[in-house]
Amino acid sequence: MIMELNDFVQVFARQFDDTPAEEFTPSTVFKEIEEWGSLVALSVIAMIDEEFEKRVTGADLRGVSTIEDLYNLIQKK
Amino acid sequence: MSFLSVKNVKIKGMAACVPERVEENKDYTLLPKEEIEKYIQTTGVERRHCAVHDGSICTSDLCQKAAEKLIADLGWDKSEIGLLIFVSHTTDYKLPATACVIQDKMGLPTSCLAFDITLGCSGFLLGLGTIGSILQCGTIKKALLMVGNTQSVYASYEDRSMYLLLGDAGTVTALEYSQEDSDTMDFHYLTDGSGRASVIVPDGGCRNPVNEKSFIMEDFGDGIKRTRLHEKMDGVEVFSYAMSNVPKSVFQLKKQFPYDDESIDYLLLHQANKYLCEKLRKKLNFPAEKVPYNINEFGNTSGATIPLLMVTNLGKKLQENKLDLLMTTIGVGYSISSARINMGKIICPELMYL
Repeated sequence: MIMELNDFVQVFARQFDDTPAEEFTPSTVFKEIEEWGSLVALSVIAMIDEEFEKRVTGADLRGVSTIEDLYNLIQKK
Repeated sequence: MSFLSVKNVKIKGMAACVPERVEENKDYTLLPKEEIEKYIQTTGVERRHCAVHDGSICTSDLCQKAAEKLIADLGWDKSEIGLLIFVSHTTDYKLPATACVIQDKMGLPTSCLAFDITLGCSGFLLGLGTIGSILQCGTIKKALLMVGNTQSVYASYEDRSMYLLLGDAGTVTALEYSQEDSDTMDFHYLTDGSGRASVIVPDGGCRNPVNEKSFIMEDFGDGIKRTRLHEKMDGVEVFSYAMSNVPKSVFQLKKQFPYDDESIDYLLLHQANKYLCEKLRKKLNFPAEKVPYNINEFGNTSGATIPLLMVTNLGKKLQENKLDLLMTTIGVGYSISSARINMGKIICPELMYL
């Protein structure tokens, strides 16, 4: 299933409970969002597993900066 | 990829013991109420039974109390017990093996083969496969598998990812060699030491002996502080690894030893944290009614989680019926195991406290 970048940004935004969806764009540096933490990271990893059937690790998340970076990383896996 | 299929062995009884002392997560002083609530919601842990780690209660004490009761209820003669395996990371001493200590304290015969296995969360299924494999030789007739940990000793109070998660428990499973009436015990095992740094107590072994630096409280940001003598767990890495590899293990088991999902009565997941467990339950496609939890009351009790779950949630059913059980664990190592165990009509006393 090929998900477009903008759809991915929306799905990514849904993993956050307290941050409005409008704050998320492809160039958002997601680790700078106040709500970001290990609990949200778990939710993102689970989402990527469910949507793409691919495994993203903690190290992968540490190595990318923007949501678009993460999207590109997933495409390469 | 390793498979074991144990024949001619029957589980005759199971018992468990936890510390009476309870720590309520809502009373944690280092986080605001809303954050504690979030942790409780995600991990599923409301409270844990934890020993005071002054030597007064060790894992062996919890296992011994459970074993004395189980042996009495089974009507076993201790002199017939030929094998004792103790599976834990929280041994009485660095040496000798805790199994030797227990052999003497319990008055088991000196003819008993007894040894320790050093494992955490995967300990029950690895221990069960090992003890079953030895028993099926037929020369030893009765065996005890003790699995537990007082791993809350490794949690730094200032590391909420560990402190609010880890609980203590000791369990015992009694098995017999039996050709006429035996259980199905099929296992799949996987070891991946590339994940060894994800769950580790860095200092205190031979690789990094204790030194002055071992006692320094290090700040890992986000309010997390621990020393090198505390357990460090990279929760995100473990979660990522488990999501991918636990279902693979179950799939391998099913491919090697086919069974019908419909015929499985219960899926017993290592009680690691509820968020992970629920994701795994859905990936494995089992309905909620077939997947019991006790993590809210006991937390993550390492190798004891599955036997403890059987005692607390399935004890009565296991006394009256045979149950077809699918089990899966992921533990420190990484060490992963999945098993299909058809067993039942066992002696199973109520949960004990110490």
